[in-house]
Amino acid sequence: MQDIAMYIIEILMNSIYANSNNIICHIEIKTSINQLLIIIEDDGKGMNDELLANVTNPFTTTRKTRKIGLGVAFLQHLCDQCNGDLTIKSKENIGTITVVKLPYDHWDIPPLGNIGQMMMFCIQANADIDFILQYIKDEHTFFFDTKLIKQELGEVNIDEPDILLWIKEYINQGIKGENL
Amino acid sequence: MKSLEDLKKMREKALKKVEMRDVNKKYRVVVGMATCGIAAGARPVLNKLIEELGNNDYPCIVTQTGCIGLCAYEPIVEVFNQEDQTKTTYVHVTPEKAVSILQNHILKDRILTEFTIDSYQK
Ligand SMILES: Nc1ncnc2c1ncn2[C@@H]1O[C@H](COP(=O)(O)OP(=O)(O)O)[C@@H](O)[C@H]1O
Ligand code: FES
Ligand SMILES: [Mg+2]
Repeated sequence: MQDIAMYIIEILMNSIYANSNNIICHIEIKTSINQLLIIIEDDGKGMNDELLANVTNPFTTTRKTRKIGLGVAFLQHLCDQCNGDLTIKSKENIGTITVVKLPYDHWDIPPLGNIGQMMMFCIQANADIDFILQYIKDEHTFFFDTKLIKQELGEVNIDEPDILLWIKEYINQGIKGENL
Repeated sequence: MKSLEDLKKMREKALKKVEMRDVNKKYRVVVGMATCGIAAGARPVLNKLIEELGNNDYPCIVTQTGCIGLCAYEPIVEVFNQEDQTKTTYVHVTPEKAVSILQNHILKDRILTEFTIDSYQK
């Protein structure tokens, strides 16, 4: 796993496959307390208590294609490695919320990676889902909502390749604080 | 510098294109984006495919799929011919191979046999 985006995309893909309509991704860096906080929230089908209790186990998956499910297990491993914390709450037919706390400046923490590309892939995976990205680094805040983009686009699909590429750049510039 | 204003222009451009473009694309190009696909390098492949389709007209759409159950062969790109319902499975795909698939298979109906799963399994 080369970057944090790779871990987050696993959690986002789980939300996408859980038939969510709305998915929120919150990434917050507080350098003063050396914390990287990631919260993924969905309104998908959720998990029952038994599945939730075992979700970090690599042998837990409800897919039929292969007997191991590594997405959540990888994230748990990262948290274990560097004194982080992973908390997942879920209710069937209500949704799931995943909270990750990691030390921001730590030798075992990979770089954040390409967040714009990550969001582009999620939107392309299912354009009917609405995604919100909230990025905060100390005083800087960037907010992105596919609902607003879809409003601007009218009858044009958000998953047209040139729109997707625009979104990727727009988010990456917003994260750096360079948008107009 | 990007601003939300760009979307208005892009919308107008897209609306013009939709009128000219035939609605049914011949091919569907599917990238495996499961855990092992991503770990094996599916992200730069999908990114490249979206970039190519954003800049050129190809008779295909690009979509994603989850686990195909062929981890050892990831990154995997499947090409579905929607006219004759055939499927070609390309394995160990790189961004360069992905462009080659578009330029040969999608544009010229020329299957790149040496990159398909059949030639790897021999
Ligand atoms: N947000 C979610 N909503 C509902 N179920 C989930 C969610 N996240 C994970 N799961 C369940 O946990 C299982 C394990 O997830 P994961 O470790 O990512 O492996 P995989 O996605 O490959 O099955 C999934 O198969 C799914 O049943
Ligand atoms: S886990 Fe590898 S293709 Fe499904
Ligand atoms: Mg998963």
